[in-house]
Amino acid sequence: MHAESYIRPPLIKGNKTYLQITEDIARSVEAKPSKLWWIATSIAATLMAWGLFCIGWTVWFGIGTWGLNRTVGWGWDITNFVWWIGIGHAGTLISAILLLFRQKWRTGVNRAAEAMTIFAVICAALFPVFHMGRVWLAFFNLPYPNTRGPVWPNFNSPLMWDVFAISTYFTVSLLFWYTGLIPDIATIRDRAKSKIAHWAYSVLSFGWVGSAKHWQRHEMLSLVLAGISTPLVLSVHTIVSFDFATSVIPGWHTTIFPPYFVAGAIFSGFAMVLTLMIITRKVLNLEQYITIDHIESMNKIIVLTGSIVGCAYLTELFTAWYSQNPYEQYAFANRALGPYWWSYWGMMTCNVISPQLFWIRKLRRSAWFTFFMSIVINCGMWFERFVIIVTSLHRDYIPSSWAMYSPTWVEISIYIGSLGLFFTAFLIFAKTMPVIAMAEIKHILKISGEAQKDAAHAHSKDHGREPVIIPQTI
Amino acid sequence: MKRYLLGLFDDDEVLLNAVDSIRSQNIPIHDVVTPFAVHGLDEKLGLKYSRLHIGGFWIGLTGTAIAFSFMTWVFTADWPLVFGGKPNFSFPAFIPIMFEFTVLSASIAMTFAFLMRSHLYPGRFREPLDPRTTSHLFGMVFKINDNTSQDEKDHLSQLLREAGAVEVREREMSKHY
Repeated sequence: MHAESYIRPPLIKGNKTYLQITEDIARSVEAKPSKLWWIATSIAATLMAWGLFCIGWTVWFGIGTWGLNRTVGWGWDITNFVWWIGIGHAGTLISAILLLFRQKWRTGVNRAAEAMTIFAVICAALFPVFHMGRVWLAFFNLPYPNTRGPVWPNFNSPLMWDVFAISTYFTVSLLFWYTGLIPDIATIRDRAKSKIAHWAYSVLSFGWVGSAKHWQRHEMLSLVLAGISTPLVLSVHTIVSFDFATSVIPGWHTTIFPPYFVAGAIFSGFAMVLTLMIITRKVLNLEQYITIDHIESMNKIIVLTGSIVGCAYLTELFTAWYSQNPYEQYAFANRALGPYWWSYWGMMTCNVISPQLFWIRKLRRSAWFTFFMSIVINCGMWFERFVIIVTSLHRDYIPSSWAMYSPTWVEISIYIGSLGLFFTAFLIFAKTMPVIAMAEIKHILKISGEAQKDAAHAHSKDHGREPVIIPQTI
Repeated sequence: MKRYLLGLFDDDEVLLNAVDSIRSQNIPIHDVVTPFAVHGLDEKLGLKYSRLHIGGFWIGLTGTAIAFSFMTWVFTADWPLVFGGKPNFSFPAFIPIMFEFTVLSASIAMTFAFLMRSHLYPGRFREPLDPRTTSHLFGMVFKINDNTSQDEKDHLSQLLREAGAVEVREREMSKHY
């Protein structure tokens, strides 16, 4: 049994028992959907339906319904793609990397963050797929023996690497998430009162009963999946950045892209986790499991990754000047002072300046401020992708081909539709599955539960060992 | 009809000590069902180390080999195309796909191995011996049959209660547990 220092804040507040944990977390699944849930889900589903209609419109009439032109071939589509993929990075980071680093606070948020990852990757995949135009030929990406030669896809192309990276990322995240869910679904199954619920959760729980041997294998599987997901998370956004970095476009052709993209992805991913979890903990009364300390831990990661991103922006700027390459210099001058200046300064304000406010402890520990900031960061990271893509493309090497780009109603609607899809999926998940990994929370209860920690502290005091208390403000 | 005797515990540490004391009496424990992974339980039960990761490693390596040899074959033998004057066998450009395919093969293989070895599959209906063992109780399971005398059962119940069990019950199941 591990022991944990008393000065570490407890991760589970209140005097909880195993039974209470089950009841607290299963309550939201077992209760009837609230009015608020119905309202939120109907709004999200309506937006999703509208987005699907506009995807249909695009397929029917072609990519000409979008605002793209010969100069700006990537606009909102790829911006949204990179944005969603970035958001999808937090889930696996929390569940895999933090598992390897033994950060126990991850247990409060990992389940929901992993679910968020899966939905975000689905949203992301929509954009490059429909950007293909003739979407019914999407299977040309797959290397299968064909009647065209066979002509194989170009495995040397970063776009092809992306196909592999994202499908692998989606599959592995899904496996990781679902194997983690199986024991919790079994808990819900064994508590189910209605026949339908019992039947449905039986099917989904794969017949799990919690045998010692099964748990042993389950632990091994989670550990190894975490181990191989860790480089996978880093590889996915690295490969997304290669889509740009291997090109010869000024502003894209930079070696700094892989670490800069990965940091940005984690930054935006955590922002989205915070957006969702701050609402979820409030609505589902889970404040004792997703405590203010969890929020603070995530905010610390936001400060770290936000500073890396800020540093990368300035490095890019410096390198553009120092390179003495006029094309490179112009690309950056155009970003800051050209017609799309508002997106550049929006990005700078939201991503570089605002996360620095989290150095102040009071702000870092305020749920409301964090919620507000998470929205700001999400906007900032969207601006970043827009800046990278559109401002680098719209003024290329030949001034006669310079052009402006603005999205049409179809593109805007598909983006809004993807948000609708994301929130619909998340709301359905939050209603039907335990949003907190019950089995994992129970696992850390004795180490990190508030009452359990207090008891251990009292016990050590009785034995004449007075632990040194370091004031919380440090 | 399969019959089982089930000792229920409400604390994982008590359970771990109970496993020790029952095993020291040479009574075979059929299984222990717990609501979460209790660390150290597999060792105390004398379970063999899981070899899942070894399988994952070899399948992952097979994936690397498949990805490498397939791309090499496509670009050097089956349909050599020149991209931007680069050599046909451009190994560094193969690395990303080799890596992704390694991870994909290893994780799919390991997950399926886990599900198959544990006989878990969608739609497997399995009645738990006690529904509380997936929530807050820890169950130690013993196989009994018609030949098991009442005395033996009482003795086992007594031992379980002495070891800290909060409840001891008998279950009849139509299928093997």
